[in-house]
Amino acid sequence: MRFVDEFRDPALARVVIREIETIAARMERGRERPFAVMEVCGGHTHAIFRYGLEGLLPDIIEFVHGPGCPVCVLPMGRVDDCVSIAERPEVIFATFGDAIRVPGSRKSLLTAKAEGADIRTVYSPLDALALACRNPDREVVFFGLGFETTMPSTALTIRRAAREGVGNFSIFCNHITIIPTLRALLETQDLGIDGFIGPGHVSMVIGTEPYRFIAEEFGKPMVVSGFEPLDLLQSLLMVLRQLESGVAKIENQYARVVPDTGNRAAMEAVAEVYEPRETFEWRGLGSIAHSGVRLRERYARFDAERRFAVPEISVGDPASCRCGEVLTGKLKPWGCPMFGTACTPETPLGALMVSSEGSCAAYYQYGGVRQPQFEGAA
Amino acid sequence: MCLGIPGRIVAIVDEDAMLATVDVSGVRRAVDVVCVATPGRPLADLVGAWVLVHVGFAMSLIDEEEAAATLRVLAEIGEAEAELEAIRTGSVELPSPPVIPAAT
Ligand code: SF4
Repeated sequence: MRFVDEFRDPALARVVIREIETIAARMERGRERPFAVMEVCGGHTHAIFRYGLEGLLPDIIEFVHGPGCPVCVLPMGRVDDCVSIAERPEVIFATFGDAIRVPGSRKSLLTAKAEGADIRTVYSPLDALALACRNPDREVVFFGLGFETTMPSTALTIRRAAREGVGNFSIFCNHITIIPTLRALLETQDLGIDGFIGPGHVSMVIGTEPYRFIAEEFGKPMVVSGFEPLDLLQSLLMVLRQLESGVAKIENQYARVVPDTGNRAAMEAVAEVYEPRETFEWRGLGSIAHSGVRLRERYARFDAERRFAVPEISVGDPASCRCGEVLTGKLKPWGCPMFGTACTPETPLGALMVSSEGSCAAYYQYGGVRQPQFEGAA
Repeated sequence: MCLGIPGRIVAIVDEDAMLATVDVSGVRRAVDVVCVATPGRPLADLVGAWVLVHVGFAMSLIDEEEAAATLRVLAEIGEAEAELEAIRTGSVELPSPPVIPAAT
């Protein structure tokens, strides 16, 4: 496929890996712990595992899987709210497939569906809006979820619904924003991260400018990357080159899709429809100020939280879960006592085991190839 | 969920509703093109363009020149590598200069 196959060329990949090995060998001298490069986006985590990139790299380089999987950071209380909306008899609840199996404190959407709730998996919020038009006697609620990548799509869908005067459509908004999250992460004590692979599709919306503080205030390199194996390898090489020469800046490997200025139309729609919440709770990370958004007053009638009373009970994660430490890269999934025993993709305890972008699920599915030899390094 | 996929705009469905048909590897669907349209220009200008499609929205025009440039950088890494390899394995020791007997 165009713009995909070219970035999967194994011969080129081998060449880039060799270049990475050369740099790594130079940088390895006198180094006590591996170079930790965090890929922020869950899509990157998925690609890294899918193509087995970790196993191809020298031991001195380690990927740390960041908190960029929107499904994985959704707290249990919000899933419970979702279920309670979905179980209302008048509601058709539309969701992306990723979210349907995330456990709440009582049940997941999947269980609610098995028990009779009308829950539909859709590809796009536009499909949810179409459901609303086709079912005028029902209330269609879309589960709005994701970082800036998906935020414009729900904002534009709400605008469309307003324009077309669709009265039976609303959004349960759980959108979160990347910048406050990265800042909170960077302010974490003893964060052992040397550099970042920046989220490609968030950046096509917000551009590369908002990341400047990462280099300027925290002295860490970041390279915004595409999602194909060669994209990721090239980005890693760019991070290593910065580390070797002792500079920290924001670079853009994914310029074919990411303009440095982002997408004006998308940002305008987001600003028109959403406003920041004071604070938003994340699974495993606690509350992060201004990290979530809600619908503005002007669009209140499309806000499921205002239309339906939701319990809004905050529920702590089970004590045995180590999801928070895994999310911040402090612990590898197999370091969690639940991993692969009480917590598996069939019976997930934490959301990291649910989504294909979650690192526990990825390690579980792809066998955690490097586990034994890297146990001490996590 | 963060993944998108490249597709090609093949037709405009509804100019007012800003919807176009996008072909993604042979699968076609109506996609919202607000984010890639140039204000004041007809949508028809977009037909033939490659876009990154994410949950039913064309979110970015794929810049073919930038794609080529990225591939060029990758290829150059390869060339430099080949060059170094040639130096490492293919270098032939220069013959030692003939010993010219010192003039007596
Ligand atoms: S194994 Fe399960 S409980 Fe442990 S960190 Fe991963 S998702 Fe959380």
